[in-house]
Amino acid sequence: MTNTLHRYGTEDTQRNDFIVFAMAGKGFNDEGSLDKAKAFLRAAIKYEPINMGNALVNSLYRPEKDLSFIKLYFTGRKEKTTYEELIDEIPAAGSAAVVFDHPERVKNFIADVKALDLGLSVNVSALVDNVRDICGEVEITPHAVEYTLGFHGDTDRLPDRDTMSISTMCGHGMVSAHFAKKMIDRVKEGRIDPEDAACCMAKFCVCGVFNISRAMKILNTAARGE
Amino acid sequence: MKINKDKCVGCANCVPVCSVGAIFIDDDGLAEINRENCVECHNCHRSLSPEHLPPGPTRLIRKILKSVSLRFQPDPDVCPTDAFIPEDLEWPRIVRRAFSDPMVTHESTGVHGRGTEEVKTNDVSGRIKHGEVGVVVEFGRPGIGTYFRDVETVTTALAKEKITFEAGNPVTQLMTDIATGHIRKDLLDEKVLSCIVEVTVKLEDTASTLAALKEICTTAKTVISIGASTVCAEDGSDPLKDILRAEGFAIGWAKVNLGLGRVSNRSAAAAEA
Repeated sequence: MTNTLHRYGTEDTQRNDFIVFAMAGKGFNDEGSLDKAKAFLRAAIKYEPINMGNALVNSLYRPEKDLSFIKLYFTGRKEKTTYEELIDEIPAAGSAAVVFDHPERVKNFIADVKALDLGLSVNVSALVDNVRDICGEVEITPHAVEYTLGFHGDTDRLPDRDTMSISTMCGHGMVSAHFAKKMIDRVKEGRIDPEDAACCMAKFCVCGVFNISRAMKILNTAARGE
Repeated sequence: MKINKDKCVGCANCVPVCSVGAIFIDDDGLAEINRENCVECHNCHRSLSPEHLPPGPTRLIRKILKSVSLRFQPDPDVCPTDAFIPEDLEWPRIVRRAFSDPMVTHESTGVHGRGTEEVKTNDVSGRIKHGEVGVVVEFGRPGIGTYFRDVETVTTALAKEKITFEAGNPVTQLMTDIATGHIRKDLLDEKVLSCIVEVTVKLEDTASTLAALKEICTTAKTVISIGASTVCAEDGSDPLKDILRAEGFAIGWAKVNLGLGRVSNRSAAAAEA
């Protein structure tokens, strides 16, 4: 889940980007952690997270392996699964992640998780001041903090801001910069609407930490040439 | 990863999807993978939806449409003919997949993705202690990739600083000498999408270590993402923020461990007691 540490972009687009994830430490609290991870994800449902996943079964948005000509052009595609279906499919413990686009929902969810006392390590990736505000409101003293210190080395090889803002939302690099750029261009050309483009890219992020709302905001801004 | 040329229709949907830009349309008009650049992340095979169209008729339709200046353009996340063939990888190439495919669990640490826990589980592991700073140096991210020979250039330079390589880290486990930062010779020419080196430094050495790291990065042949972590004080504040600001780093995005973890494995709880 370092894959949520280096999300690039302007503060304006990061403000409503929150990833809350739970994981067990190997050898410390991993026994029985599958059920706890599922309980964590189920607790999130009532706050309607915009994405969810655990890397072992893909996210809410996922490719269809049984796609056919009929489905594609007549009966329609099923590009998103339900929260419950995803949770039921999880075969083994890993990290369990949920993404929100509103601080109030994050706050309420964390308060619930605290009350559940699952014993898993719970982390929030977001703008640090926002997380500290939430911690204060739900009376949690943070244990540790990890800051991104940005990109170094041969940075000439990096793409433009909008492309980076989208592609770094999958820290594992599964939403490639080339693909993000292609989708930005398609939105600009009016060949796909921002929501479809965002949902399409979300299928590539297997951990489910891709923020569709933020992607749409970036795509909308880019489409207007801003 | 390979492409079945008997199935591929050359729609090029897979070209931008590749995490490192290793897929291209060859002279025969069909997709090909630059094997040297491919990091075996399986993104193309896993994330494109196969439509299972018959290749022959699909090629014919493409040809007819092209002749009248029209284009066969499937949805951007579709492979019309399911043309990807995952390979059974052997050592050392299998290391590419271990580091690049987020759905593969690292055997050395039991963690999927790049195989690190860092401070994410520090509330139970106590990996980073008060007065220490964990520094994560991630090579090849975002979206560039890295060879282990380029990682070694940095790890050998880093080893000369006042740092300790984290033992429970997949890259450390590939080192032949943890004191010098040298990595196994048979892996140096292997390319991965990204890999994370974790080191621990004393709080008072953080500024000098980060300054040295920044300097080392100036000659790196890939992109390097850096992160730094520390344990918070009892009031929730942390001593690292001011150090980072003084070193010229902008403070904004971060990952916060809420401290809700609890040691619950019987053996670990007994050892703790």
